[in-house]
Amino acid sequence: MGNEMVSDGDRRDFLIKLTSVVGGAGVAATCVPFVASMNPSSDVLAKAETEVDLADITPGAMRTVAWQGKPVFILRRTPEQIQSVSASNGVLDPQPDNARVQNPEWLVVIGVCTHMGCVPNKEGPGWTCHCHGSQYDDSGRVVHGPAPKNLEVPPYKFLADNKLVIGRA
Amino acid sequence: MFANVINWIDQRFPLTSFVKHELTGYPTPRNLSYWWNFGFLAGLVLVLQVATGIFLAMHYKADAATAFDSIQHIMRDVNYGWLLRYMHAVGASAFFFVIFVHMARTLYYGSYRAPRELLWWTGQGLLLLLMATAFMGYLLPWGQMSFWGATVITNLFRATPFIGDDVVIWLRGDFTVGDATLTRFFALHYLFPFLIIGAVVIHLVALHTVKSSNPSGIDLAHKDNIPFHPYFTAKDFYGLGIFLIVYSVFVFFMPDSLIEPANNIPANPMQTPNHIVPEWYFLPFYAILRSVPNMVGGVVAMGLSVMMFAFMPFLDRSRIPGGAHYRPIFKLQFYLFMIDMLVLGWVGYVPQTSSTTIIGQIATLCYFGSFFLIPFISRVEERWLIKRGLPQEVMTLIDKEKKEIAERKLKNSQRKGGKA
Repeated sequence: MGNEMVSDGDRRDFLIKLTSVVGGAGVAATCVPFVASMNPSSDVLAKAETEVDLADITPGAMRTVAWQGKPVFILRRTPEQIQSVSASNGVLDPQPDNARVQNPEWLVVIGVCTHMGCVPNKEGPGWTCHCHGSQYDDSGRVVHGPAPKNLEVPPYKFLADNKLVIGRA
Repeated sequence: MFANVINWIDQRFPLTSFVKHELTGYPTPRNLSYWWNFGFLAGLVLVLQVATGIFLAMHYKADAATAFDSIQHIMRDVNYGWLLRYMHAVGASAFFFVIFVHMARTLYYGSYRAPRELLWWTGQGLLLLLMATAFMGYLLPWGQMSFWGATVITNLFRATPFIGDDVVIWLRGDFTVGDATLTRFFALHYLFPFLIIGAVVIHLVALHTVKSSNPSGIDLAHKDNIPFHPYFTAKDFYGLGIFLIVYSVFVFFMPDSLIEPANNIPANPMQTPNHIVPEWYFLPFYAILRSVPNMVGGVVAMGLSVMMFAFMPFLDRSRIPGGAHYRPIFKLQFYLFMIDMLVLGWVGYVPQTSSTTIIGQIATLCYFGSFFLIPFISRVEERWLIKRGLPQEVMTLIDKEKKEIAERKLKNSQRKGGKA
């Protein structure tokens, strides 16, 4: 082995850098399956749609169904309730009521407070979240903070007059 | 025979010299008060938690369908299961109590100051690990408080810029806290104590490099240090006796006093309890979270409130040794800070009303204010104390320190100059 090869600094630096980059990329790539394994598994994703039979919900009544493990409020609204929520656009996150429903009689919202993720209770007109005191009206719009946003409307579709699927648009 | 065995080992492993240097003969300031017991106590609680935890894990089932029932199984059917579980649950509170006192002592006596900054920061890391471990452990009983506590805290990660929602789903492994969340929290709750043990070793290596501080704040001359054994083994064991009495009172006579009643209801993802509160040791930080009206702001403020302690070596500009003991204004500030912590704890515990919100906001301002004012107050206080007259020994010490810093700076600049 020639002396000049042993002391070839540039060449050695290049090889060290190359090895570091390839090794680093290998470590990063190895991390991918570990990180990905913590994302929702296939069986969790499989419960991404929920079908609901609406036949036995009377006007003014509410049903809570589970969709992706989260509560979804289905409220069959009376003409008076529809009238009162159509009168305003909400307070903190203004949105007209008809932009939040497909059929004014049926309000479908995710029952998760947009503040810290608690489940609000149906109280009087609308909902109240007992964790931090947020209030929502019968359109699921926030009327009193600290929640910053209206209750989220999930993607849903009427399969028939009294059959609903949540999770499919 | 015994001497021969020791001799055989010593030729292959530095047993005798290690024990002599780091344990029995470890030089310790002779004037340490009982406030210096709490580091040892923290180590002991860690051992208790690991021991009880390993035996609990032999009976616990980390599955959403069976977790709650397996706790009942431990409480009713497993031999001494009730004892193991109550020791572990009370032990978590004891751990935080001991650590909080340990930190308060460090703040009061200024033990975080040079040369103990790294010691203080490894302690800060230990605090974060402890908080994470306790939080994940609290989900395992799978009661209503467990479930909703984990829901609210994992929700905080929604404040991550751009990918907040994805981060929350990734952490939970589900769209809500669910079976996947429970199982991974159990796995990590079992792992983290071993990370803590590793961090404790680093903490102790740092301690044995810079040695213990002491109430006078002056680095004692060699003749003022005494060997750790028998003097401080005896002192630590006396403190341990007191600690075990209080611990046993909780374990045997009031084990439920620190467990929220709502946690005896199985987790229900469809129904939030009307009043959710975190464990007592998180209350002040939870109050800060709730005091900031903006969600992201609240999360940042809460994170910062835990991390503020790490800045103390930079914030405290005073050169007066001995911490609050010889610094009247700092002492006043220390006690006001303790009161502020209690106020925040109370605000975090009670249901939120408009008046508690305002009290919480004022207390939050005081919390951060007391940190941000330290640089100014400590400088003014130092000038005032020097003007009022300090003992000659302390003045010599400050002058000596000043000279050392100047020398170090000179040396550094010379070294840099020499290299170029």
